[in-house]
Amino acid sequence: MTERPARIRVVLPAHLRTLAQVDGEVALELGETPTQRTVLDVLERRYPTLRGTIRDQVTLRRRPFVRFFACGEDLSHRELDEPLPEAVAAGVEPFMVVGAMAGG
Amino acid sequence: MSQVRVLVGTRKGAFVLTSDGKREQWEINGPHFAGWEIYHMKGSPADSNRIYASQTSGWFGQVMQRSDDGGATWNPVGNQFVYDGVPGTHQWYDGTPHPWEFARVWHVEPSLTDPDTVYAGVEDAALFRSTDGGTSWQELSGLRGHGSGPHWQPGAGGMCLHTIVLDPVNPKRIFTAISAAGAFRSDDAGTTWTPINRGLTSDGLPDPNAEVGHCVHRIAMHPSRPNTLFMQKHWDVMRSDDAGDSWREVSGNLPTDFGFPIEVHAHEPETIYVVPITSDSYHYPPEGKLRVYRSRTGGGEWEALTSGLPQRDCYVNVLRDASAVDAMDPCGIYFGTTGGQVYASPDAGDSWSPIVRDLPAVLSVEVQTLP
Repeated sequence: MTERPARIRVVLPAHLRTLAQVDGEVALELGETPTQRTVLDVLERRYPTLRGTIRDQVTLRRRPFVRFFACGEDLSHRELDEPLPEAVAAGVEPFMVVGAMAGG
Repeated sequence: MSQVRVLVGTRKGAFVLTSDGKREQWEINGPHFAGWEIYHMKGSPADSNRIYASQTSGWFGQVMQRSDDGGATWNPVGNQFVYDGVPGTHQWYDGTPHPWEFARVWHVEPSLTDPDTVYAGVEDAALFRSTDGGTSWQELSGLRGHGSGPHWQPGAGGMCLHTIVLDPVNPKRIFTAISAAGAFRSDDAGTTWTPINRGLTSDGLPDPNAEVGHCVHRIAMHPSRPNTLFMQKHWDVMRSDDAGDSWREVSGNLPTDFGFPIEVHAHEPETIYVVPITSDSYHYPPEGKLRVYRSRTGGGEWEALTSGLPQRDCYVNVLRDASAVDAMDPCGIYFGTTGGQVYASPDAGDSWSPIVRDLPAVLSVEVQTLP
């Protein structure tokens, strides 16, 4: 039996939705286990204008004022290759890219 | 009739202001890239429809934008700025070594002859060049690799390469300026660089006459005299007549010689403009009066230009990239303030009026004179 590709829901902050020219959530199909790395890889392939805005293009380090939330948890400090929560992998809950409240 | 297009970068977006040759009625278009800091926009001298813009955010980093239709529509281009080789270190504010880290593009300078070639001055200070319309960027690392690089220190605004002047006669000659390292010149199209700071004196340095470490704010050149450079330093207005090999002070009777921008009249190479600011502790004009000062003698003797500018209770600043001149006759002068006003003078500074009053803080102003 062939495993169906995971369909991941991604919520982007307003400025990145504008840059990527999308409205609302983005749906991504992943042919591999959803992790921060694989989700962002597919997101950036689909929307090349987002390269460098969420993570550094060379080191892949998350930008300091960007956070990743899902299922009511802050996943920002998890390992890049750690599988995302099942509810995210199943497309029930979105993977949220958040611009941190910062700047006064 | 000719047209003028003023490109305004602000803390919260970009604006394109257009007028006919009279420069009385203005159409204001924007904001483009709303909510983002637009450090600088500049059009290609070789193709006025080609404009490059630096779009940045403390959250989402650097985006480079390009317009091929005079600023009506824009497309993101390449935003990968990677230092050449091992980045090394410069000095941090406390004197400790600090790794070179890319923060943002402060200034874009399109080639004088090729619309697809453009230079970018970045923080931490380095010079990049694109030859494919901004799609990819390569560092001209001979500048940062100059032997003095490990001793460069940031100014209050960061360690930024904010000034790029291209020689219209000698295509291999490029001038740059870095806060707070000083001015540099390349005579081989950016491969190797020489500090050109002889004659600059900065009392804030242990050695006031040091080869590097000077906080140069802006350099201006008239295209007909590429060996004559005018400089607004942190303090002091300076002049060089030997392409930067030596400098002399021309502050003369200015009420204060602190300031940021400096401009040269489009048709009079000895007519220059500055906007005096009280001091580095008070980033606003002296006595609450916003005055542009003009010298018709290449410095030394200055006159205040006040007609139409606020002469009481004015406490705005004019940043280093926030002034420009057009090529009309008479020459038009433009500047933007941290209070969101963009002022224009269609008569070489004799009289001024605001094109727009309530933009976000203005970071940069450039002008295109269109046929």
